[in-house]
Formats: sequence, C-alpha cells, structure tokens
Amino acid sequence: MDTIQAEASTLTAPKKTTTVSGSVALLEGLIAEGVETIFGYPGGAIMPIYDALYDYNDKLKHILVRHEQGGTHAAQGYARTSGKVGVAFATSGPGATNLVTGLADAQIDSTPMVCITGQVFAHLLGTDAFQETDVINITTPVTKWNYQITDASEIPSVLAKAFYIARSGRPGPVLIDITKNAQLQMFEYEGYVPCEHIRSYRPKPLVRKEYVEEAAAMINSAKKPFILFGQGVLLGSAEAEFKAFVEKSGIPAAWTILGAGAIPTDHPLNVGMLGMHGNYGPNVQTNSCDVMIAIGMRFDDRVTGRLDKYAKQAKVIHLDIDPAEIDKNVKADVPVWGDCKETLPMLTALIDQKVHTEWLAEFRAYDKTEVDTVIHEELNPQSGEMTMGEVINKLNFLTKGEAVIVTDVGQHQMVACRYAKFNQTRSNITSGGLGTMGFGLPAAIGAKFGTPDRTVVAIIGDGGFQMTCQELGTIMQSGIDVKIMILNNRFLGMVRQWQQLFHEKRYSFVDITSPDFVKLAEAYYIAGKKVEVREDLEAALEEMLNHKGSYLLEVMVAKENNVFPMVPQGMSVSEIRLK
Amino acid sequence: MSNSNDTEITGKQEFTITAYTENRIGILNRIAIIFSRRKINIESLNTSPSEIEHIHRFNILIHETEEVVRKLSRQIEKQVEVLKVYYNTNEDIIWQEMALYKVPTDIVAEKVLVERLLRENGARVVVIRKDYTVFEATGHREETDKLIEVLQPFGLIEFVRSARVAIIKDSDGFNRKLREFERRQPGEDVIENEYLDKEKNVFSM
Repeated sequence: MDTIQAEASTLTAPKKTTTVSGSVALLEGLIAEGVETIFGYPGGAIMPIYDALYDYNDKLKHILVRHEQGGTHAAQGYARTSGKVGVAFATSGPGATNLVTGLADAQIDSTPMVCITGQVFAHLLGTDAFQETDVINITTPVTKWNYQITDASEIPSVLAKAFYIARSGRPGPVLIDITKNAQLQMFEYEGYVPCEHIRSYRPKPLVRKEYVEEAAAMINSAKKPFILFGQGVLLGSAEAEFKAFVEKSGIPAAWTILGAGAIPTDHPLNVGMLGMHGNYGPNVQTNSCDVMIAIGMRFDDRVTGRLDKYAKQAKVIHLDIDPAEIDKNVKADVPVWGDCKETLPMLTALIDQKVHTEWLAEFRAYDKTEVDTVIHEELNPQSGEMTMGEVINKLNFLTKGEAVIVTDVGQHQMVACRYAKFNQTRSNITSGGLGTMGFGLPAAIGAKFGTPDRTVVAIIGDGGFQMTCQELGTIMQSGIDVKIMILNNRFLGMVRQWQQLFHEKRYSFVDITSPDFVKLAEAYYIAGKKVEVREDLEAALEEMLNHKGSYLLEVMVAKENNVFPMVPQGMSVSEIRLK
Repeated sequence: MSNSNDTEITGKQEFTITAYTENRIGILNRIAIIFSRRKINIESLNTSPSEIEHIHRFNILIHETEEVVRKLSRQIEKQVEVLKVYYNTNEDIIWQEMALYKVPTDIVAEKVLVERLLRENGARVVVIRKDYTVFEATGHREETDKLIEVLQPFGLIEFVRSARVAIIKDSDGFNRKLREFERRQPGEDVIENEYLDKEKNVFSM
C-alpha cells in the first residue's frame, strides 16, 4: 500500500474514542509519557485532577510535599538524577505562585520539568475569583514554555507538547495551567500521541561539519589547549563521548559545578573546578591557555569573573545546543552548534591522539600550591573546630564517591562541590544558576525517588535548612531514605565571608540561631545525632550511612571559616586569591 | 531617526527586528519581556498577519548596538513559538509609519494654505465632518513629525502615529521557509546561522 492510500485509510477509519474527563486524559497522558512519580499538593482548583488520581494510585505515585516550592525542587532533584522529566502539581493562586522559585531554578539550570497547575473556571478568568492568579504571565519569564488549557480536548496534545519541549534541545521547565471546567469536562478521548515535532521549534541546530573541522584543526595545532565542561555533557547523555574526546586529545578538563561528575573526579585529565571558588590551576590557566574548548557550558559570571580579562589570549571553541549561548558572554572563534552527543564524536574522529605532558604538569604544580596552602589544612585539620572540608573528606572515604550528593546553597555548597568525589554522572545535585537556599532538602527527596538504589546525602547549611525544613514531613510520610547532613556554623556563612572580606567585618544579620535540629527530626520520627567534636565524626557518619531509613546528622563546624580560593567579584580569574 | 553622531559615539542605531511567530496568546508577552528584562525600550512595535495565513509578523524598532540586537534576536528566536528572526538597519528595509491628524474643519475650510501644506506633505483627507476633519499621512518619522508642526498652528486636536511596518529589501519571503519548518528534518536553509550567511546581505540566524 503506498503512503497516500495508507494515510487516507487511517483518516477514513473510525477512530476509537472513549468518553473521559479532562483529568483522566491528563493522567493517562502522564502514564504514556512514562511518569511514575508526581510531587504535588492539592487545592480547590486542582481537585478534579486529584479526584481522578484517587483511582490511579497503583500507576502513579503521588508524593505529598509540604509546600509547593518543595514540590518543584523535588521534581528537579528527580529529573537531575533520573534524566527523566520531573512532574509537579499545584493548585491555583498561592499554590501556583509557590512554584515560581523552582521554575526559575529549573529554567536557569536547564532542568526538564512539567508543572501542572489548577486554575479557576474559565468563565471566572479575570474576575479576581477566589485563588485566581495570572500564573501564565507570572511564570512566562521562568518557563521554557507555558500554556493555559480551557477545554479538555486540548489536554492530550498540549501535554505531549509540554513533555517534548521540556526534555528536548536545551531542557527546561514547562507549566500547564488547566481551568477547573476543563478538568471536569467529558470529551471524546482518542488516545495519547507523543509529540515529535513543532514547526516553530528547533531543539537542536544542525551540526555544521565545516565548524567541526575548523575546531579540530585548531585543537590539533594547540600547544596549551584547555577544556571547560558543563551540564550540557550530562543533559546530552554524552559522558562516554566526552570521555573519549578528553582521553584522545589528552587535554586537561575543568568543570562548572553542574558539570561535575561528567567524568570521574579522579580521572587524570580532570583538573578540577572552575570559577569563583574553583581550583587554583583551572582559574589561572584560563588566562594562559591558547585554545579553550567550552562544552555545554554558558560562561556564567561566577565562572568567568571579570569578562574583559577572561581568556583574551585564547581562541575559543564553543560547543552548545543553544544558539543563544554562543557569543552571549564570551565571543566564540569557532561555534560548534549542536548536540554534543553528535558533535563530540565528530570532533574526536578528527583530532590527533596526544599527551600534553608539560602543560598538564603546570596544572599539577598549581594543584600542589593549592593543596599546600588551602586544601591540606581544610581536609586534615589537627586541632580546633571541625571544618566543612574534613566532613566532606570523611564522607568521601565512607561512600567511596558512589553517593549522590545534594547540596543547598552557600559555603557548604562550594566546599561540597570542591571536595566531594563523584565516580558517576548525575551525582552532584545543586542549585547552580539561581543559588536557591532551601533547594537541598526537597531536591534530595526527589533525587532519591529518581535513583532509589543509590545513597543520597543532602548536605545543607543551618540557614538553608530552615527555609524548607517542613519537607521533613514529606520524608516522614513517604518513608523515603535520605541522609541529611547539616553543617552548622551558626552563621549565614557565605554572606558573612563577604562581609568579612569586603565590608570590614560588619556582620549585618548573618548571625542565625537554630532550633535543636535533632529534636526537630525526632518530631518527624527521623533518627538523628549531633556531632561536636572531631573524634566522633567518623562513627557518626558511618551510623548515618548504615542507618535504615532517613537520618539527620548535625555537624558543628567552625564558625568563621572562609571558602578559598576565591576570585573576588570584579576581578579576573587569574587574580584568584588563595587566602 | 538615528543620529549619525550618536551612532559614532555609542555604536547605537535604529534596528528593525522582524519576527515570524505562531499566532498564539502570550507570545507578545514572551517577546516583550526579552526587552524589558534588559531595560531596553521598544521604540515601536507592530504585530500583523504575514504573507502566510496563521503566521504573525512582529516589527520591533529599537535603538541599540548591533551586538545587543543580535543577542536579543537570538533570545527571541529561542522562544518555542517563534519561527524566525531577522534584524536590519534602516538601509536594509523599506519602512513606513502612518499618522492621523484631527483638525477643526472650519479652520481648514477657511485657510486654503492648510490644504496646500497637506498636499506638499503627501497627506490625504480621510473624513470631513462638520466639526472636524481627519488627515492621514504615511512616511518616515520626520515626515509625519513635520506635519504635526505644520498643523499645530491650525488647532491640531488629536494626533496618533502607528508603529513602524517594514519590508526587508533582500528577502524572498517566508513561504518556502515555512515548508522547511514543517518538515521534521528541515534543511540547511532553516538551520542557517549568521556565520553561514556572511556572504548575504540579510542577517538571518
């Protein structure tokens, strides 16, 4: 049968339809998209969906969070460890506005997420109805795409579009707002058809061979080439392709915090972390390399420091799936647009097998300086208060770099990113771009649901923990196994550090008191312990890791420790301070 | 109009951004916030149907450096419902703005001078009522501006000017491109970018 006839016959054949509600069609669509876990919170305008969910309990696991923000961060954590699209539900009005932080976080960190919000009846739109808010316009700047559904028949196709947009190209969050009448409306459901093409949307630019060739020639003639890699490697599931590229080229590679783990921490060509609190060598060498190969990273200001003194001597090759990232912050000499899963193998095929012994030795020399002046003391203090670094170091020793590390935001985050060992990809879950305090605890819950077989350790400061600690309730009710480690320095440490270094020690509102965290955990039936002296640390960590179920470990660390090295704001990366 | 001195000092000049989009509620907001987020003023904005049914065309006029305009254009084109974005200097386009002027009929009728001035300025009468008359003029900014000055002494009651509409001189339209977009694997034509278009006069991404 030729195609025209085939098409004609499907057109004329009676379609099998069933009469279902919009809510049922939504849940069927989620199942068709492979969704297993939903993080959500019910409310008036989303009640028909929750009513339908009552009958889908065996197919869709719904995790009741304690605040919609927690729902979004959990969906993000889930997406980041599983590689799938995270899903969060919220009601209209305050439920929807509570999603904004998580959406913004997912937008800037390119996390695939679909949020479903209930909305007032369509006939009430614009009347200031109870719990009505203009969620579409509120979330426009923080979503990759959003859409309001007022008729049930739109649900299957819009949902399909939402998932396609969220996960394809440069991933991102999508929000669908569904009016209550559409959730209730019965309509003829023709089944779920996944979306594979939107004419106005091109998820990946076509790879242009000539640029790959130009890039390869540039790499082959480079004397001091340097690779910077970001989350794009993970998002493109291109870890193997990336490793092959790095190993064949023999080029030292440094990571942004979201790129951590794309190749193991201990890989001989992994030279460390970039940026404000990154490693010494990568920052200094940024301004001495001759060819810079940026892969799936976006030259965030925390990575580049002062732009007019950033890698001016280097030719820049930029591989990115998002054309808007090319030349946005750093001018690319060779733009290699496309999915790095496709471009990296093309590049690897064209480059020479090399070892850059002397160049690599320079990195090692900087490493030694950093170890001698900063790292050794941070990881192995012999006396005085405990440091965050030594806690992470002990944790590495016990987990052997196999755990998923989820962090919150602040000093502990930088220390964890600097010192945590990652043997596998999708192991460092942190709020990179937005720097969302309160991200850690709910993201850890989602991270564990995303990879139930792995140990998930949430490392959180005393400040950030108090922003979303109500999610202990989610842990309690869901019975999920998350290890929570609070590094308590009794300060909002990162702000305090800046106040010390740049504001003459005027400690303005950074002194934070905390409740008894162990008792708080206990109130939620979560086991816990507080460690105040070095001698107890290892045993306590072991107890936490061996405990069946969630566990909260509070570690009292030095009150006024600073994270170093540091590129002060407004300075060049090569002016990085070791103390 | 861009002032040549200004262009030399700040590198800023007038650019007309042409965006082809799906006709969908919300896309105007998505495009507008790309400018407002960066505190960039939109000098004029027009949305209209394009040569293709259901595809809308935005004309956005801003006064900026080319580098900024290029970045903005990419951010616009990145939006899911935007098909294509071009940006052009005034030299690359044919552009017009339309203005309406309401003046008291008695004065216009009395003073033949006004009629002559209108003719000189290429204006035409849209309606004549007993109490007022409405003129229309189409042209560049300085032309429609000049007519305000001309009519002011004769009791100009109301004035309004449309956004700029522009046709790109060196463009063969969007019909063929749209067919490419509708394919699952569009050809190079659609995936083209500025680096590939160096030889062409039209910027396109």
